[in-house]
Amino acid sequence: MTKFGLKKRRKIAYNTPMDVFRIKDFEIRNRLFVGTGKYATYELMQQALEASGCQVVTVAVRRERLVDKQGRSLLDFLDLDKYVILPNTAGCFTAEDAIRVSLLGRDLLEKNGNRGAGWVKLEVLGDKKTLLPDPVGTLEATRELVKEGFTVLCYTSDDPIAARRLKEAGAASVMPAGSPIGSGQGILNPLNISLCLETLKENDPRYPVIVDAGVGTASDVAIAMELGADGVLLNTGIAHAKDPVKMAQAMRHALEAGRLSYQAGRIPKKRYATASSPFEGVISYIPGE
Amino acid sequence: MTVKVNGDPRDLPDGETVRALVARYQLTPEKVAIELNRRLVRSEKYDTPLKDGDEVEIVTFVGGG
Repeated sequence: MTKFGLKKRRKIAYNTPMDVFRIKDFEIRNRLFVGTGKYATYELMQQALEASGCQVVTVAVRRERLVDKQGRSLLDFLDLDKYVILPNTAGCFTAEDAIRVSLLGRDLLEKNGNRGAGWVKLEVLGDKKTLLPDPVGTLEATRELVKEGFTVLCYTSDDPIAARRLKEAGAASVMPAGSPIGSGQGILNPLNISLCLETLKENDPRYPVIVDAGVGTASDVAIAMELGADGVLLNTGIAHAKDPVKMAQAMRHALEAGRLSYQAGRIPKKRYATASSPFEGVISYIPGE
Repeated sequence: MTVKVNGDPRDLPDGETVRALVARYQLTPEKVAIELNRRLVRSEKYDTPLKDGDEVEIVTFVGGG
């Protein structure tokens, strides 16, 4: 009892940490996957990653000394004890090249003792203008990489049939795009994303599905999570925001809000209004009655 | 001998190894991964001598999404 004679209220843990999910052997504590590309400086990238609260960060594999003319290496700016690095095969247009890049990425992470050695974000692109995935090349590369022992996280379009094929080919996670990479158009076809989720999680509710690409602002993340995605992968939405650090925080909160909202279960949408205050006992004139 | 390194032809002394090539460019072996003729070369094989006409790719991580 308190001094006012009120019963002490049971403490409710409002700040429960996000529930954990798994992609094969990888235990994911934070559902936001953040890219390391396109930041004005490495320092700004570090701050934004920190603010986003992410555990998994994506990187690309490129020829040495052709990118940062100052000779600085991205690896010097990522805390390899803190982050799990997820190398991508961005820029690959054939299954063969995607496999080469995956092997190079794995080798680099093994050398650096990072937990990310062994998984890959597979992208096999169709063309440079749309950066949409080549479904045939993606499928071929998935099969090969699974044979090579990789945990394959597969970037794909929001086509539920393609998604199912990739899962059948052994993808550890299928990652449908909300809209084209870097376009900031958000979740253009929520129906297709929910069909992907339904197809992939049928009789397998723990199968991890991550919405990858297209996020422009925090509400896009919330929408993806409310649809039931296990996580969201984004890069440009943070890196090219006016204030990337603030946007990283916004994304973090949106992810949490979207996850909680999904778990809480939204009300169905109705055509007409339903009063929140009772009509019984009103003293006013009611039209039509 | 001439070896293509990251797409550019380079004149290198005969018998140059992968390890020597990495050192020539003042790179840290742990921070790069290497392909010889489109096949990954693991660190244990860095003493492999290169041959005329070989194609080498030296890659690292850069920012990406």
